[in-house]
Amino acid sequence: MLSVNIQKRLGDFSLNVQFETDGEILALLGASGCGKSMTLKCIAGIERPDSGRIVLNDRVLFDSEKHIDLTPQKRRVGYLFQQYALFPNMTVEQNIAAALHRLPRRERKAAVQEKLKAFALEGLEKHRPHQLSGGQQQRAALARIMAGGPEVLLLDEPFSALDSYLKWQMELEMMDTLRAYGGDVLFVSHSRDEVCRMCQTVCVLSAGKSEEKESVHHLMHTPGTVSAALLSGCKNFSRAQRLDDHTVRCIDWGVTLRTQLVPEQLSYVGIRAHYLSVGGEENAIDCRVVRVVEDAFSTVVMLATPGGDEGRSLLRIEMDKSAWAAFDGAAALSVSAAPQDIMLLTGGGI
Amino acid sequence: MDWFPLWNSLRIAAISAFIVFFAGIAAAYYIARLPRLVKGILDVILTLPLVLPPTVVGYLLLLLLGPRRTVGAWLFEVFGTKMVMHWWSAVFAVSVVVFPLMYRTARGAFESFDETLANAGRTLGLSNSYIFWRIRMPYCRQGIVAGAVLAFARAIGEYGATSMVAGYTPGKTATVATEVYQLWRIGNDELALRWVLVNIAISAVVLLAVNFLERRERRMVRR
Repeated sequence: MLSVNIQKRLGDFSLNVQFETDGEILALLGASGCGKSMTLKCIAGIERPDSGRIVLNDRVLFDSEKHIDLTPQKRRVGYLFQQYALFPNMTVEQNIAAALHRLPRRERKAAVQEKLKAFALEGLEKHRPHQLSGGQQQRAALARIMAGGPEVLLLDEPFSALDSYLKWQMELEMMDTLRAYGGDVLFVSHSRDEVCRMCQTVCVLSAGKSEEKESVHHLMHTPGTVSAALLSGCKNFSRAQRLDDHTVRCIDWGVTLRTQLVPEQLSYVGIRAHYLSVGGEENAIDCRVVRVVEDAFSTVVMLATPGGDEGRSLLRIEMDKSAWAAFDGAAALSVSAAPQDIMLLTGGGI
Repeated sequence: MDWFPLWNSLRIAAISAFIVFFAGIAAAYYIARLPRLVKGILDVILTLPLVLPPTVVGYLLLLLLGPRRTVGAWLFEVFGTKMVMHWWSAVFAVSVVVFPLMYRTARGAFESFDETLANAGRTLGLSNSYIFWRIRMPYCRQGIVAGAVLAFARAIGEYGATSMVAGYTPGKTATVATEVYQLWRIGNDELALRWVLVNIAISAVVLLAVNFLERRERRMVRR
């Protein structure tokens, strides 16, 4: 169990993060520069928060009031760095052995062998990091971390250094590794797809502030805030005003839509590009076609709404190339969104 | 030809390079961690001997170590001998003059070090001294060795401060550099030229070594 509640100021930026994990894989999801890596560094003891408390399995790692600040060496935290941080002057074997340097020689050798086997590194023992592929480097780094017997794993964008083909393979391997590990894992990422595949729960970070922890499923289907909706991949946003319990005025689109129960602090609405359908009665919006962009397997159409200001309010819809063929060349298009597909959002703007 | 000046130059250079090697690394490592203002001030003071005329360094050393000065007089009391005009007095002069070379190259090497590696080591439970000797130093090795060789090369050629602090006594404090000056002064051009050639040969070999090390280091960094 890991419980984190920390505050830190860095010039204009301020970090304010709270969450708790309970034997799960928790994603810290946020755009770059939102303080994800800084949070991991604070947990690992590389950076010192200004105030707060970090507790790992009943051990207090940091407590500003009680002046507790364990060194990174004493925290038993497994940190997988973005570029893996293998020691370039050591072989794979030596890298793993470094994490076990306190063990007597014979035990250490056996433990290294075991890790080499578990992470499919046999035959690469004598290689140096620069002689390994990206995937092998990641395995070596994980083997080294696991050798130390960490109580929590901190994974900092573990797949960002890999190309997309290799990435998929490494994700599958990582899932196995994490399942076998079974302890708390913090998974830092800016990719909703990675988070969907790897994690059960997610904590959204925006501009240094953490939101409530929620299930990944909940975030993807009913995000509550603008930043969560952005991270879940929503493309269409409009500033919005609550008219009554089930009606909102969309300021940027210049339309009024029927929705599910509207929260009091409503600030924005969002509609996913593939939830907008052509035709339909309810919530119909008559649009003018502005641009058509051909993607690999789908067509993206940018639409100007009737009362909207064109700069920021274009609607984006996505459909199969074959489905678009029926409308190709059209200058105007009527689209609609079902009330349950309109996301009602609170919080700061875009 | 009496080879004493060569032997004297080499031992002074070797001892000075040895001292400066450790002092330069320690200074580079600890000063990098200080607050910016203190770092800036210390940086200027420690680099000053690189740009000051060696005669000025020699003069300052005489102010400090001369037998009639406070510190020099105290050292005379303790050791029963004055600190200047011995062959080893040149070690003080040469060390001060070549220190900036070692300090600055070591600092450059340390600055190129990827701090993430140290952080990774710390989260893996490795002690700070393990990280310094087994990760940081090997990573920066080539830059540091290049700095040491450069310091050694400069140490062989030191003239100004050496001549003021150790003087010129044939067979006692003469170095290659002071020997050349003396031979030229008394008009022994032929012998002076021989020593000049010896000096050029040694310096060229050392500089070749520096180039070789730097090229290897660049290759390491590119990986």
